[in-house]
Order: sequence, then C-alpha cells, then structure tokens
Amino acid sequence: MLGPDVTWYLAISAVLFAIGATGVVLRRSPLIVLLSLEIMLNASNLAFVGFSRHFGTVDGQIFALCVMAVAAAEVCVGLGMIVAFSRRRMALDVDTLTELHG
Amino acid sequence: MGNFLVWVIWIVAALACVSTGVAVISFTNPFYSALALIGNLASLAVLFLLASAEFVAAAQILVYAGAVMVMFLFVIAYLGGRADAPWAGGPRWLQLGAFAVGAALLIEVIVALVTKANGGLSNAADISRSFGSPAEIGKLFLADHLLAFEITSIVLLVAAVGGVVLGMKAAAEDEVEA
Repeated sequence: MLGPDVTWYLAISAVLFAIGATGVVLRRSPLIVLLSLEIMLNASNLAFVGFSRHFGTVDGQIFALCVMAVAAAEVCVGLGMIVAFSRRRMALDVDTLTELHG
Repeated sequence: MGNFLVWVIWIVAALACVSTGVAVISFTNPFYSALALIGNLASLAVLFLLASAEFVAAAQILVYAGAVMVMFLFVIAYLGGRADAPWAGGPRWLQLGAFAVGAALLIEVIVALVTKANGGLSNAADISRSFGSPAEIGKLFLADHLLAFEITSIVLLVAAVGGVVLGMKAAAEDEVEA
C-alpha cells in the first residue's frame, strides 16, 4: 500500500472525533453544534474508509456512504428546527432551549 | 518516489483536516465556521482518495461540500449571521469540562490504538484496480447491501417530510402572531 497504513488514518480520525466532541460540548450556538457533529461523523467515515482499504473489502465504504446519507437527513431536520426556533424568536442558545413544546 | 509523494500529500491533507477542524469550533462567526468545515470536508476527500475510495471522495465533495454545506450557508444567511451566541458561554468549569471531554476521548482512542493495533495493522491487503470504483460500489449496494440501501432511502424521505412539516408549523405560528 502506497503511503501511510491504517494506523495513521485511525490517529487522524481520533483527533477529528475529539475536536468534534469538544465543539459539541463547548459551543452554545446550535448551528456550531451541528457543524461539530458533522466533524464527528466524518471522523468515523475516515476510520471506515481506512479499515476498508486495510482489509481490502469495499463494505466499509458502503457504510461510509450510508453515514453520509444519515448525516444529510440529520442536517435537514436540525436546520429545520433551528429555522423554527428563530421564527418563534427563541434565543439560539442550547442552554436556554430547555423545552420543545411550542 | 511515488510513495514519498503520497506521504507528502497525505500529511498536508491531514494537517489541513485538523487545522480546519479546530477553526470550525473556534470561529465566532458561524459563516466562517461553515467555510472552514468545507475546507475540512475537501481535505478529508483527499484522504479518501489516497485510501483508494474514489467514489466516496466524489460523494463527499458532491453531497457534503456541495449540497449539505449550501443548505447550512443558506440557513446562516437567513438567520443574518448573528454571532450573538457567546463563544463558549456558561460557567468557566463548563469550558474546562469541554476540553477535558475532548482530551479524554482522544487519549482513550490512542491508548486503544497503541495496545490493540501494535504492529497487527501494518500489512494492508492487496486490492484490485477496480477497488472503490463506482461500478463495484453499485454492485455491492444492489446485491449484498440492498436492505441498507432501501432503509437509507426511507430515512432520507422521512427527513425530507420532517423538514417540510417543521417549516409549515413555523409558518402557521407566524400567521397566528400577525
């Protein structure tokens, strides 16, 4: 295999996952929390693709594509909720958004 | 020589990946964060290419950096790019806790990697030239993983309907208030 082996991919994946987790806990804006979630999902995708290359089977890439579709669905619903919050003049702050009934 | 070149490109892409990831969670303006995430996704696509996942890299650029991020930028533009949410907010211990969570996750994964994978993951399997090509992915999707494929389509449909319902409810609410 040309270039680095799967261990390097896993290391980058772990770093990205930690960055995303930090962002989810640290930031208060739901938009940035969604962006950090995207980083975490992509970190898992990187691990899937690295292992897929290591074991020589394409199934990991199939799973990565499924994760991508689920991420698109999550962004669709999440952004819909954020737009609904802003239309109801609710503060875009995950600390104050403590109840979701109308 | 080819191997050296691959290493150089890989390390540049990995550094870009990590630095844009840090940029996403540290910018105050959500618009800049979204732009940094596009850079993050693009450099991840380079890493995917170097792991012979051509189709996943193309889908990453088209679906993520294209469609999903355009949606994000539209919503940020709709909200007026307000950066009123504080950078970290909350009490001081919450920020420290956030960094502790990140560091704990990182250390945990690194320890697992070093103890479990020590030398056991050095020999990658040989692959054919068609590995990760759209044709092979398509064949697997329609033969071995048909159920996952169909469930994914249902998830996307439900999400689309959910997005429409969320938008409709908010519109009705506006009319009541006006």
